[in-house]
Amino acid sequence: MSKTLLEAKNISKTFGEGHVQVRAVDKANLTLKGGELTLLMGPSGSGKTTLLSILGCMLTPAKGTLNICGNAVENAGPERLAEIRRSHIGFIFQSYHLFPTLTAAENIQLALDIRGKNGSKAAEKSHRLLEKVGLSRKSKAFPRQMSGGEQQRVAIARAIVADPSVILADEPTAALDTNNGRAVMNILSELARDRDSAVLVVSHDPRAIPFADRIIYIEDGILKNEDPAARTERKGTRQRKN
Amino acid sequence: MPLSLTLALRNLFHDRLRFIATLIGIVFSVVLVLVQMGLYSGFGRMVTMMIDHAATDLWVVSRGTNSMEDISQFDSGIRDKVLAIDGVAEAVPLVIGFSDWHLPEGGERTPVFIVGSDPKHRGLEPWNVVEGAATDLSAPDAVAVDRSYYDRLGISGMGSTAEINQRKVKVAVVTDGIRSFTTMPYVFSGLDAARTYLDLPPSKISQILVRVKHGTDLKRVRDEIQSKVSNVEVLTPQEFRQRSRTFWLFSTGAGAALFAGVLLGVIVGTAILAQTLYSNTREHLPEFAALRAIGCSNRYIFRIIRYQALLNAAIGLCLAGAIGAVVVYLTAKSALPIIITPLQAGGLVVIILLMCLVSAIVAIARVVRIDPVTVLTR
Repeated sequence: MSKTLLEAKNISKTFGEGHVQVRAVDKANLTLKGGELTLLMGPSGSGKTTLLSILGCMLTPAKGTLNICGNAVENAGPERLAEIRRSHIGFIFQSYHLFPTLTAAENIQLALDIRGKNGSKAAEKSHRLLEKVGLSRKSKAFPRQMSGGEQQRVAIARAIVADPSVILADEPTAALDTNNGRAVMNILSELARDRDSAVLVVSHDPRAIPFADRIIYIEDGILKNEDPAARTERKGTRQRKN
Repeated sequence: MPLSLTLALRNLFHDRLRFIATLIGIVFSVVLVLVQMGLYSGFGRMVTMMIDHAATDLWVVSRGTNSMEDISQFDSGIRDKVLAIDGVAEAVPLVIGFSDWHLPEGGERTPVFIVGSDPKHRGLEPWNVVEGAATDLSAPDAVAVDRSYYDRLGISGMGSTAEINQRKVKVAVVTDGIRSFTTMPYVFSGLDAARTYLDLPPSKISQILVRVKHGTDLKRVRDEIQSKVSNVEVLTPQEFRQRSRTFWLFSTGAGAALFAGVLLGVIVGTAILAQTLYSNTREHLPEFAALRAIGCSNRYIFRIIRYQALLNAAIGLCLAGAIGAVVVYLTAKSALPIIITPLQAGGLVVIILLMCLVSAIVAIARVVRIDPVTVLTR
């Protein structure tokens, strides 16, 4: 049985006060297990980003508890939250957010450098990961010399270089064409499967659905699990395609 | 090279125009600080030039004398009293003062500063002599001038004649590099001749250079002169130097102006650097936010900004140092040379490093406020 790596209980988050108060996340319960790719879907303004920010330890919930790999997040200060992110979470962003002044390999190494890992081993590992995402020939390329899909793959390599248990991806395919989008989702799906990581992909891109082991919907801050019948049917379709 | 340093370096060079503009700003401020500091020490050295070249153990000056250029006089009989003190080997009188130099055929009058002493007694002789000899000043109308003042004095060199206080003078000694920090050239002459140029009676002298016998306790001689001779002060060369410097640098406001220049340079440099680092940091905020989001500590980001500040400082210092060296070389023989001592050079490096680190605070303050959530909303 897969290990629970992230557990959120009764998470709530509101913004604003009085009559302009918005409940972005309302009593959300969520568990992410190793080896599983979970897809969080919902329309714009439904609370996806807020929930992802909370799960990624970038935002503290107003209510509820969050546990990541055995670490309780409540009452943690900004540096402690950064430490939890550093130790357990890998992030993939919609806009990649690579350093334009660093090469692909250096961008990946940077994720190791901030963890105090540097030198030839770090360089070796970054090249290995570039190879894994199919970009070994681009190790010396700067982000401006790469396509969106390539930059996103570098961002994936950066996210996983420190072997995080939890990988959170924010709209990773939104800026990509079909082929690149599929390639990225394939890599994420492999990560969940091969590394036993818990992967959460926030997306409203239907192309991501076939790669999901589980889909969670969010609307007006309230989480809703996928209908079990629909899930079974989707999985059946996926298996037939495979 | 650490990756954080690589990142800092590349971020700096990324926008070359801005980097060049920053460097110009830093170099400008460093050169400004360097020149002001150099002027300060150059001025400090110039005002004590006469004191530095006088072969003496003690100076006897009128009470309240604030500098070498103080033209107070006292009775020449004081010299006899000084000579009578046990341990005094020589007491050489000096006469100094302001007069006018003009050519016999007319023309403008040029104010000059007369330094008169008896050449036989090794008083305050001209140094860096390039033509003639200091002993030639024993001739009644002989004077020594610096060759840098030929144009100013309207003469062509050795043997030229002119008038000081309606007395004929002849250039018998030429020096090189005895420049005055005031607008008045120094003119050296014999003691009696100086008195005539200054309309002083033979009973008046300006200062006495006291040389003590070998092995004599200088402090005892000094105390004895001080107690036995009234209305004079007895100073060691070091004390006289300090007093002259203090007077010219602080009582006249010249020092304050130079300090203000240093301060201005530091403020301008800090402002330029702070502005550059801030805008550079602002430009990379999304990447810094992404770094924070992936768990980077604030300390790591501060390190990048600090590296940027120090790189700016190092490159700026190298360029400014080269310019400064040229300025020092070009002004070496001017009336007010810019002199940079090793201590000042070290101080300048410290000032610039501090300036860069202080300027980084603004950028760091901005980075501290980065919310990593912004990477998810862009």
